[in-house]
Amino acid sequence: MFGGVAFANPQPGQLNMTRGVSEWSPEAYFLNNVALGVCVVIGILVFGAMFIAMFRFRKSRGAVAEKWSHNTTLEIVWTTIPVIILIVLAYLATGGLRTFADTTGSEMTVKVTGYQWKWRYDYVDYKGKAIEKVGFMSKLDRESDETRQLDSGLDPNAVKVDGYNTYLINVDKPLVVPVGTKIRFVITAGDVIHSWWVPQLGWKMDAIPGIVNAAWTNIREPGEYRGQCAELCGQDHGFMPIVVKAVPKADFEKWLADQEAEASKPAQPAAPAAASTAAAPATAQATDAPVSQGHQG
Amino acid sequence: MAHAATHDHHDDHHGAPSNFFVRWCMSTNHKDIGTLYLVFSLLMFFIGGSFAMVIRAELFKPGMQLVQPYFFNEMTTMHALVMIFGAVMPAFVGLGNWMIPLMIGAPDMALPRMNNLSFWILPFAFALLLSTLFLPGGGPAGGWTMYPPLSMQGESLAYVVFAVHLMGISSIMGAINIIATILNMRAPGMDLLKMPVFVWSWLITAFLLIAVMPVLAGAVTMLLTDKYFGTSFFNAAGGGDPVLFQHIFWFFGHPEVYIMILPAFGLVSEIIPTFARKPIFGYKAMVFAIASIAFLSFIVWAHHMFAVGLPLGGEIFFMYATMLIAVPTGVKVFNWVSTMWGGSMTFETPMLFAIAFVILFTIGGFSGLMLALAPADFQYHDSYFVVAHFHYVLVTGAVFAIIAGTYYWLPKWTGHMYSETWGKIHFWNSVVWVNVLFFPQHFLGLAGMPRRIPDYNVAFANFNMISSIGGFLFGASQLIFVGVIVHAVWFSKKKAPDRAWEGAKGLEWTVPSPAPFHTFEVPPVIHDEELAHGHVED
Repeated sequence: MFGGVAFANPQPGQLNMTRGVSEWSPEAYFLNNVALGVCVVIGILVFGAMFIAMFRFRKSRGAVAEKWSHNTTLEIVWTTIPVIILIVLAYLATGGLRTFADTTGSEMTVKVTGYQWKWRYDYVDYKGKAIEKVGFMSKLDRESDETRQLDSGLDPNAVKVDGYNTYLINVDKPLVVPVGTKIRFVITAGDVIHSWWVPQLGWKMDAIPGIVNAAWTNIREPGEYRGQCAELCGQDHGFMPIVVKAVPKADFEKWLADQEAEASKPAQPAAPAAASTAAAPATAQATDAPVSQGHQG
Repeated sequence: MAHAATHDHHDDHHGAPSNFFVRWCMSTNHKDIGTLYLVFSLLMFFIGGSFAMVIRAELFKPGMQLVQPYFFNEMTTMHALVMIFGAVMPAFVGLGNWMIPLMIGAPDMALPRMNNLSFWILPFAFALLLSTLFLPGGGPAGGWTMYPPLSMQGESLAYVVFAVHLMGISSIMGAINIIATILNMRAPGMDLLKMPVFVWSWLITAFLLIAVMPVLAGAVTMLLTDKYFGTSFFNAAGGGDPVLFQHIFWFFGHPEVYIMILPAFGLVSEIIPTFARKPIFGYKAMVFAIASIAFLSFIVWAHHMFAVGLPLGGEIFFMYATMLIAVPTGVKVFNWVSTMWGGSMTFETPMLFAIAFVILFTIGGFSGLMLALAPADFQYHDSYFVVAHFHYVLVTGAVFAIIAGTYYWLPKWTGHMYSETWGKIHFWNSVVWVNVLFFPQHFLGLAGMPRRIPDYNVAFANFNMISSIGGFLFGASQLIFVGVIVHAVWFSKKKAPDRAWEGAKGLEWTVPSPAPFHTFEVPPVIHDEELAHGHVED
């Protein structure tokens, strides 16, 4: 199940963007590679010309300065060629933008809410059916949290899951989603602006109080995909990671049924699921979430 | 400072006042005020740099070793505010103050008393800003961009807002002064299209400043009233919009980044022709490119906001407009290279920094083009890739140009040649370590490291350590710069000729070195062959 995971998360010495694991993420990766290639080629030409000039036209080699300072043909050429390159890049990028913006046809909706300094996930619907009361907080795992305290004396290298270092990129309760399903995320925040970023999904989207943003993903392969909050949100901005656990559809449906069953037990305070959400407003807080923000300073 | 030691050399009979307070605090002399700006900027460069050292020290390895996260955020915020408003902008104003009157044959700035005021506001602005670090509640920690609602949580908001107001007033007055000087005080025969590119770049920059500093002032004032007077401009619960702030801020912010780079273009366009001994290639194209970049800077602001959830049409418009900037910028780079081609080059320190500028700024431009592509920016945005990008354009761009300009005109300011050996040592250390510092940050961002975080997963450890080592050594290298300046001002025995560089052209090289306290009291007679662009046909 975790076969593809080793490459899916940040690697020591990683030099390039990840290709990602979702239907859309290769768009960003492809565009990145094309743009990088264009830049490298132009760089070689321009810097190459510059270095040739620096060696050929040195006073110490007896070079005598020429007088010209103008060449219309050249100037037209090096204005036109970049325009053509830019048109090609713009064409490619516009395609990526259009597919990214199209959240229609999704089979599932998850509401993501950023708080200082944890994420809340609420499952809104799945395959056309509304989901009741499945939602939870997801925050930095305890081991990372203890290790990251100033002068904790604990070694970040020792924070591992399955032999993979998860220091600061692990949570107590991951977002569980099915693979091969177009999932629409509706993203907002309860206090300040956050940004929900899982590099493997290919995008980040700001979580803004009072605004509901939409984005989508369709994950191709099962795995645990890790990301972090990408918008400065206060002192623990570096400590509110994201873990998306993508599982086969059947596993997800079973997990969802378990969650729903647990949520619909007699609504007594003893329910363990409720305990972890106690600090947060109830699921229905989407519209009134911003009420408490702004003036607490 | 430069003149305290040198003013007894010159022979004009109404020289600088001998009383220290009268000379420096009550100065209306463009050269002394220019010196004040430059010294202030250097001081701020080291204060802002020391904040950067704290950041790089904490990021040296995974785990929190030195500072609390909140203090780390104060450091990133203050580093940016101090470097942008305290180091880079005043340095350019200082260079403009010193050199624009000398380059256009004017006796002084058009508004000398306002010139004094616009400088002397700055120490108070920064005293206000920096004092927050010592107050209960600490300094601003919400990032230099001050996005609400986060910035509302800071206890220091009012201090920051008033400091920004003061800086804005200072900048606007400085800009008015520069425009008035350039448009009204050119010597007869110094037509607009014979002006040095540096003067052109400042003329255009000054208009940008006047256009956008009031916008910033408005934005931060709305923050202030939101926090203290119950308004809801940016408060969603009161019907406001947090994203509105970002639109207003970046409407200021994007022209602002060009405010920090256009004068650098101007400086490099002075230095390269001097040491290539060949007129700049495509003078009019260079001026026109600066003007186009300045215009485009007003219609690209939301490329800083590709991840806020803009509508598709907005994303596409701002992406296309941003990509367009690559065209005039490319023209500038190609023209600098063409200026070198067929020249007779020597590689004194100013030229070395100018060449490094062209290469490294272009690398920053490349990553800028990549960032412009919105779908890829969904990955790059707010990652270390962005940090690498803007440090390439601001450190190896703006700061390298300022350093190049300092070396270029130091003989004119002090009357002494600086130590070329130590200048070159400074250059090679700077150029090597700055790349060790910032290049690996591209990789960190691509691998998924967000910016503005005090600690990170061990996967990011290698490049962070390399980056920190580069940072410490780059910081230390700048001490050499101070040494070279101190030596040139007080200890150098080597007299600078009026025309300090063999290939230098322009009016500033027709006055003695050091430049007397008053110059061009009688407008000079302009001989076109003395100007860098006296016979512009293209």
